[in-house]
Amino acid sequence: MTENNPVGNNSVGSDFVGIVAPQTAHFNSPLTLKSGAVLPQFDLVYETYGTLNADKSNAVLICHALSGTHHVAGKYTENDKYAGWWDNLVGPNKPLDTNKFFVIGLNNLGGCHGSTGPVSINPETNQQWGSQFPIVTVEDWVKSQALLADHLGIAQLAAVIGGSLGGMQALQWTIAYPERVRHALVIASAPNLTAQNIAFNEVARQAIITDPEFHGGDYYAHHVLPRRGLRIARMLGHITYLSDDAMGAKFGRKLKGDIKYSFDAEFEMESYLRYQGDKFAGEFDANTYLRMTRALDYYDPALNFDGDLSTALNKVTAKFLVVSFTSDWRFSPARSREIVKALLDNERTVSYAEVTAAHGHDAFLMRDVHYHNILRAYLNSIEVGIHHAK
Amino acid sequence: MQNNVNITNSTQEFRQDFAIISGWVKFGSKVLDLGCGDGALLQFLRSGLEVKGYGVEKDDANWIACMNNGVNVIQMDLEDGLSGFEDQSFDTVILSQTLQAMHNTERIVLEMLRVGCEVIVTFPNFGYWRNRIQILSGNMPVSKILPYQWFDTPNVHLCTINDFDEFCKNHKISVLERKVITDGNQIDFMPNFLGNLAIYRLKAN
Repeated sequence: MTENNPVGNNSVGSDFVGIVAPQTAHFNSPLTLKSGAVLPQFDLVYETYGTLNADKSNAVLICHALSGTHHVAGKYTENDKYAGWWDNLVGPNKPLDTNKFFVIGLNNLGGCHGSTGPVSINPETNQQWGSQFPIVTVEDWVKSQALLADHLGIAQLAAVIGGSLGGMQALQWTIAYPERVRHALVIASAPNLTAQNIAFNEVARQAIITDPEFHGGDYYAHHVLPRRGLRIARMLGHITYLSDDAMGAKFGRKLKGDIKYSFDAEFEMESYLRYQGDKFAGEFDANTYLRMTRALDYYDPALNFDGDLSTALNKVTAKFLVVSFTSDWRFSPARSREIVKALLDNERTVSYAEVTAAHGHDAFLMRDVHYHNILRAYLNSIEVGIHHAK
Repeated sequence: MQNNVNITNSTQEFRQDFAIISGWVKFGSKVLDLGCGDGALLQFLRSGLEVKGYGVEKDDANWIACMNNGVNVIQMDLEDGLSGFEDQSFDTVILSQTLQAMHNTERIVLEMLRVGCEVIVTFPNFGYWRNRIQILSGNMPVSKILPYQWFDTPNVHLCTINDFDEFCKNHKISVLERKVITDGNQIDFMPNFLGNLAIYRLKAN
């Protein structure tokens, strides 16, 4: 869920996708959302890496998590400080090899990086949507992603990949469009959120909603931003994405200087959280954050099947790779094993890897040799028909 | 505390154990191979019998090897049981040359019988005469099938054919079939003395 490539951002070289540019797909037909609300029209901003092959069988969709974007890999200019958020995975000869695959990253509906969201103009009012932007769900995102695939002329995806909330979208693809996806890579994810996870999301939302500058979600009209709330929400998130051990190893009880008997950021841990919170509050939209966390809360494909995930996955035909990380306590290995069990109950093709990692939930974004070997081995096994003519 | 329980030698015994196992697995059936190593057995069963196979493996390197061999692999520690698998959800559950390295030996056998309609267990027979001679001469046995020294062996629960027969009897496990081999040859006479690899087909009673 961390936005920028958190480690090992030495992405310049022969495995680098290079300079990239986002594109926008405009959809004129109204989109009916799960809530019943209708978006009269919408934009999806996306990036692609690699080349679509002749029979269009090599497309891989990357679904982002809470704060991700369409900018998965590459840089916009040579001088960009950071490459895309999953640049360590995507590129020529990288685990998700752009010599083989045509990779698509998009910004989800309700986002704040170019796709239609609360900051966009509502064509009916000519004002920013703000509080009026509907609640979007994982199902809605997948529906809109399928429209993007149509737009790109792709009938069937070779794979959908996502971590965390992105993993839920990958799972949902296999439920909603079994004939349109051959492989799903569900990483550090869960078939629904636990009560504890919903609780964390609620604290994050309350921090935003109770910020005096939130104005019920219509802060744009007041020319202010609920920065304090968003900052606290992000600080909380950061704590939960890391493991106790990883925090201990990185910060421990290290102080920035002598103890001052104050409430300043005296511990390096505090300083890090404040920095991350401030940075995020300066670049992310609070209304989007609220909606992303809500989408997480609501997702529960087993809900209409008496909580039975095996029944919910009955019509799934895709092959699965499920990956979890031992120190991830927000999306624990046990939750991934629930997905694996439901697939086994349906005799589906599934492999499951439980990666020994110290970094907690954020491990899915890290460059770890074994983790990347897992993804590489699985992605290598995917057949893509006719290779692109070069 | 867990050892890597995979014995990845490719001796004649190992292949022979494949051949006998494949004779007991039905065409197109659903097979779970516990401690599947690099997935060689499942690959073998899939090519010949078109089984729907899943391997269970704990080791990271073996996981990658399975994937490269095109074998479905679930990473978990057998010592934790088979909690992700429903009762009687597999036609056959196999534990090939891994029993002796399990800590919770009793539990895994009972779990296999719960999950599998039939169970195949293979293990090196500690009662094999060459092992007995090494013991008599004052050393722990070391051989092709038991390649470890006493101080580095993952094998913590070695047993003889007599021991395992007794185990099955005491746990009311039906032995549907038993084959004993040495260097690829089937041993029918004094198997607990002359056989070095035992292969059992079991069913819950």
